[in-house]
Amino acid sequence: MTQIADLSTGCSPTWCPGCGDIAIWAAFKNACVARGWDDTNTVLTAGIGCHGHMLNYVKITSVEGLHGRALPMATGIKMANNKLNVFVFTGDGDSLAEGGNHFVNTCRRNHDITVILHDNAIYGLTTGQTSPRSPHGFKSKSTPFGNIDEPISPVTLAIASGATFVAREYASHIPQLAELFAKANDHKGTAIIDVLQPCVTWNDLYDHNYYQQNTYYLPEDHDKTSLTAAFEKSLEWGEKKIPLGIFYQVERPSYEDQIPQIKEKTLVEVPTAKKDLSEVFQKYT
Amino acid sequence: MAQEIFSLTIGGQAGQGIKAAGLLLAKIATRLGKNVYTYSEYPSLIKGGHNLTQVSISRESVTAPRKTNEFWIALDQNTLNVHLNEFSDGAEILFDTDRKYDLSKINPNVNFLPVPLGQLAKDAGGTEIMSNTVAVGAVMAMLGGDLQVFKDLLKDEFGRKGEEIVNVNHAAAQKGYDYALEHFSDKKKEVLTKEEVITQRMVANANDTVAFGAMAAGLQFAAIYPMSPVSNILHVLAANQERYGFIYKQPEDEIAAINMAIGASFAGARSMTATSGGGFSLMVEALGLSAMMETPLVIIDGMRPGPATGLPTWSGQGDLRFVLHAHQGDFPRIVLAAGDPKEAFELTMQAFNLADKYQTPVVVLVDKNICEHDQSMPVFNFSDYEVNRGKLTTEKQENFERYAMSDDGISTRSIPGSGNFFIGNSYEHTTVGHDSEEIEDINNQMRKRMQKLITCAESEDTSPKLYGPMDADVTIVSWGSNKGSIRQAIKDFPNVNFLHITWMSPFPTEKVKSVLANAKHIINMECNYTAALGGLIRENTGIEITDNFLKYDGRPFFPEEIVEKLKAVAPERSI
Repeated sequence: MTQIADLSTGCSPTWCPGCGDIAIWAAFKNACVARGWDDTNTVLTAGIGCHGHMLNYVKITSVEGLHGRALPMATGIKMANNKLNVFVFTGDGDSLAEGGNHFVNTCRRNHDITVILHDNAIYGLTTGQTSPRSPHGFKSKSTPFGNIDEPISPVTLAIASGATFVAREYASHIPQLAELFAKANDHKGTAIIDVLQPCVTWNDLYDHNYYQQNTYYLPEDHDKTSLTAAFEKSLEWGEKKIPLGIFYQVERPSYEDQIPQIKEKTLVEVPTAKKDLSEVFQKYT
Repeated sequence: MAQEIFSLTIGGQAGQGIKAAGLLLAKIATRLGKNVYTYSEYPSLIKGGHNLTQVSISRESVTAPRKTNEFWIALDQNTLNVHLNEFSDGAEILFDTDRKYDLSKINPNVNFLPVPLGQLAKDAGGTEIMSNTVAVGAVMAMLGGDLQVFKDLLKDEFGRKGEEIVNVNHAAAQKGYDYALEHFSDKKKEVLTKEEVITQRMVANANDTVAFGAMAAGLQFAAIYPMSPVSNILHVLAANQERYGFIYKQPEDEIAAINMAIGASFAGARSMTATSGGGFSLMVEALGLSAMMETPLVIIDGMRPGPATGLPTWSGQGDLRFVLHAHQGDFPRIVLAAGDPKEAFELTMQAFNLADKYQTPVVVLVDKNICEHDQSMPVFNFSDYEVNRGKLTTEKQENFERYAMSDDGISTRSIPGSGNFFIGNSYEHTTVGHDSEEIEDINNQMRKRMQKLITCAESEDTSPKLYGPMDADVTIVSWGSNKGSIRQAIKDFPNVNFLHITWMSPFPTEKVKSVLANAKHIINMECNYTAALGGLIRENTGIEITDNFLKYDGRPFFPEEIVEKLKAVAPERSI
């Protein structure tokens, strides 16, 4: 079984002390140990941003691709080898701004992948500009007079786009987050986890204290299969009303489940071989 | 003696089945043992407008469109208006008497063949949409073809739609055939006579053959966003994916297409994408990613004239410099360019091996002129092709270093799930793939990547092809689809040769130099404004070509234009 030590790459994190990424890292490694995710069964992808550094600190084969493009990279990997657990680390700038098109289309196709969205409502790595999650009026280096744009909710967007597992957690709830990662990976289909991740350097508004004060878990009787209930809850935001937990979860065939070519074996389990085209050529005579 | 070619053009509106009728005629002629080249013009719309398809038929090879036509089928008045000055004496013009035509302005020395196409289609139990079948039936009669060959073809084409559809089409073909024989038998010509020796041949364009090449090479994953002129590549792949066990995915955009393809390749699948210049623009960031991660990838760029949306349904060669230089920074890329469907097949197959061997992106340039123009060719024999996946291991290795230094620049790659730990990293990286900004890592990895291009240039046969005599008065140098028109044009010029370049990167400098350095007069021919190949030749060989014969109006070179050019350059030496 995977041990915590097996996951060490020897690289030291470059994240700021107190960064939410550190807690997400811890939760992810705990989930790896709990579920036995390692180089034989799992692959990680990330976009570009503070979140992407994660790949240097978890010893599991991975791709750190382009800003905003972790989702198509991940879905390409999944289609080629649908036996792998595929995780996507992405940020709010990465998936809601640069890669917004991929976010919507990945959700609607229900690829069997788990997306961990590091939601810090700021551009951290580029030193503090407004993100699609920053609230209206938010002051940053790019919006010194206050943000005019309205923020978007990744939870609402994911539900509207057709994701079949949509949840939110606060980064520092490490045990709950680890469990959520495991549940999301168990789910057959696109799982989106919006992780509220304080940026201690650039976002004074959404700090640890803010999330500790203003989040609550969805009640036991929240109907996860109800699109209406999920939407309604996803629209909640603000003081004392930031819901955590699984908003929405339904069973729908995953994208990969619907491809006959990979029913028996993954694409990469069948050796690459020259093909006989005589039947095809016949149609052109 | 000049080659005998018979050309027939069908004109009408989009939606009248013009291209389909042309393809039927092309297949009929091919089955009868003739050589065939088809050429289409159409605007970027689905219904209406002016569309034409030309079918050129010859006993000898025919590889280009022609400016003259011996036979016309006008499915609308507009065809007569647009081509008013092209109707030569003795030409046949078949038109649909069910529509009102004004024939008053047409050269009186043509032969009119009025046929009630729509009515005959209805009489056959079909609808007006089968007018093209009736027309082809009439053509069979007028050109001395065996109607049974057409009927057999209709059965092959429509058989899967059921017996009734086949029967109605057979009846429509028969009606057209009978009507033409009854009314115009005095104007009958012997064009579609059956050749004595008939080898099995097919009719295909480069979109088809790129797809064939990919499938033959063991393609496992393709993500392609639709775009003219390459959409038919994805149509062929989509239709055949279950048969050959690969996945074709239609992504949300070209950025997703290339990133998906890189992802699938990273996971171990032979992967490709295809697009045109505009889509390639969107792919550029990931082009460099594929090189940085050293992930094999085949990209087809089907050129059309730009910039921006440009001329979506016309042909151009303006992307050469773009694909050679696109993306920031330095990295190795292999760029090949195909001149006809057969070459597109071979280069595509080869591209997959090159991508795997050198673990870097390979771009295959094609252009609309070959992407959409069907021609006859022998059924491909690729028995000597072998899949080469290069340095790839799926076994667990001790202390695996994905980007380990090596003399040839190529490191062993592995796939996720193999138990080997590595990172495919967009950032500059260590030999394992971790982010690195250390000078030693930066220099080592850059040199390692760039070494691959040197290794490739030393190991692969990048030779251009020389057609015609070694010693010539005039040497034409060109690339891409101009090949067909040039080869057609120089048939009558024993003192002209033609250097056709297929490797653009790494560039075959010495081989090109050895031909051009001794050439008496060089003409560089390209379908772009800036003579991109001419510049590339000068950059690599130091040879400056001053006679650039360029065209950038979306139309291909016609052999007639090349003949005219050659006569102007060397009137006393040619023919």
